[in-house]
Amino acid sequence: MAETIQLEIVTPERLVVNDTAEYIEIPGKTGYLGVLPGHAPLITELAVGEISYTNAGKTKRLAVAWGFAEVLQNKVTILAETAEKAEEIDTARAEAAKKKAEAELQKAGVDGNEDAQAALDRAKARLDVAGKTGK
Amino acid sequence: MANLLDIRRRIRSVRNTRQITKAMQMVSAAKLRRAQERALAARPYAQMLTNVLKSLVSRADVYDPETGEVLHPLLVRREEKTTLLIVVSGEKGLAGAFNSNILKAAAKYIDVKKDKNIDVLAVGRKARDYFRRRYPLALEPGEPRKGAIQVVGEYVGLMNRAQFASAREIAERVTHLYTEGKVDSVYIVYNEFKSVIAQRLVVDDVLPIRAIGEQAHEMTEEATEEQLKQRLEAAKHAGVGIRGADTAEIDKKAAGFATAEVDYIYEQPPERLFRDLLPRYISVQLFRAMLESEAAEHAARMTAMDSATSNASDMIDSLTLAMNRARQAKITKEIIEIVSGAAAAQ
Repeated sequence: MAETIQLEIVTPERLVVNDTAEYIEIPGKTGYLGVLPGHAPLITELAVGEISYTNAGKTKRLAVAWGFAEVLQNKVTILAETAEKAEEIDTARAEAAKKKAEAELQKAGVDGNEDAQAALDRAKARLDVAGKTGK
Repeated sequence: MANLLDIRRRIRSVRNTRQITKAMQMVSAAKLRRAQERALAARPYAQMLTNVLKSLVSRADVYDPETGEVLHPLLVRREEKTTLLIVVSGEKGLAGAFNSNILKAAAKYIDVKKDKNIDVLAVGRKARDYFRRRYPLALEPGEPRKGAIQVVGEYVGLMNRAQFASAREIAERVTHLYTEGKVDSVYIVYNEFKSVIAQRLVVDDVLPIRAIGEQAHEMTEEATEEQLKQRLEAAKHAGVGIRGADTAEIDKKAAGFATAEVDYIYEQPPERLFRDLLPRYISVQLFRAMLESEAAEHAARMTAMDSATSNASDMIDSLTLAMNRARQAKITKEIIEIVSGAAAAQ
């Protein structure tokens, strides 16, 4: 068996994932980063996006919004404000949220609307994650 | 002597009431268990967040080395002219003295600070109703002050099942008020809940943040002996464990987060991380208060319904006794009538 890392994803409401993985991809604020076993210790803030991890040839995905991660040699702990497994995502709701955010952005025009932009990013990330698993 | 039929009718009615209170007691017990679990599930996150903040404080320069000024607006201390008081109550009644105790504690605190301006933020229907009746509303941001004491926010319907998102919403509002200088300090009144027996009313500091990871209680009110006894009794009847779950292991694991003896690579400068994290700390604190208050409300309702049930049982007993006496008296009277009738006929 290949070397693995312990992965824990925690949200304010519960422990979402407690698993092992061979490879983890984290949406860092300054870009996605991949973590293999034996990574140097690191702390980073997370952006809105997708966490994916591979274990025994299977890849699992989660949509996250804001959080941060601690990477140790054999353990990755992620604190996320929200984390949804691909199979738990309500695509209809995400789609509705996306439409609403887009409409609001349209209305705001060039001035922009930070809240709407953030909502749009979140909805897009969730749809992305849900979509990939569906294929 | 009361009419036999009337007593029977009353017994039936009390029995029906007892059935309802008994059912409510069981429902509250189940809800309490769930609330306790949710409070438990929220612990690791809170603990880890606190840890990261603590380790960041030592790494990031929180104070300006030259001027000694605090670098984060949520750490700044100002002279206390306006205080924001967050009052966390329940949504529903029939929970014994739960809501009135909280409101009493809030009123007491307001009384202590009455030489200052006080803004009230009511969380829960009961708190809203109470403060609405007493103080003017200034719900729109930027509205001029309506009085020394005013209500600036109302959050109703969250306490049935406290969500982190709502805690965050309130936290954002609060931090906004603080950073804009509208308020100079923030306190929260709620019912702390560790387990069925370990709970009390507290007034906690929220802002400015004095020490991360330490709860500074401004004021606490312990339960009386009598209340404790009632709670124990109720928990026994409903089959709820009286001690909180064992959290030592979770806490230990969470305590290791971000405190390993290694040099971390910081993807972002520690100061940046610190700045982004601090507001979340407030949300987590509020979320915890809401979860605990929710558990405490169910526990209070369970206790109240337990004593209501046992009162109903007592009442049924004494009514049954009265009924038996009345029946006995009636029979005796009838026998006397027959005997004396027979004697007269002879």
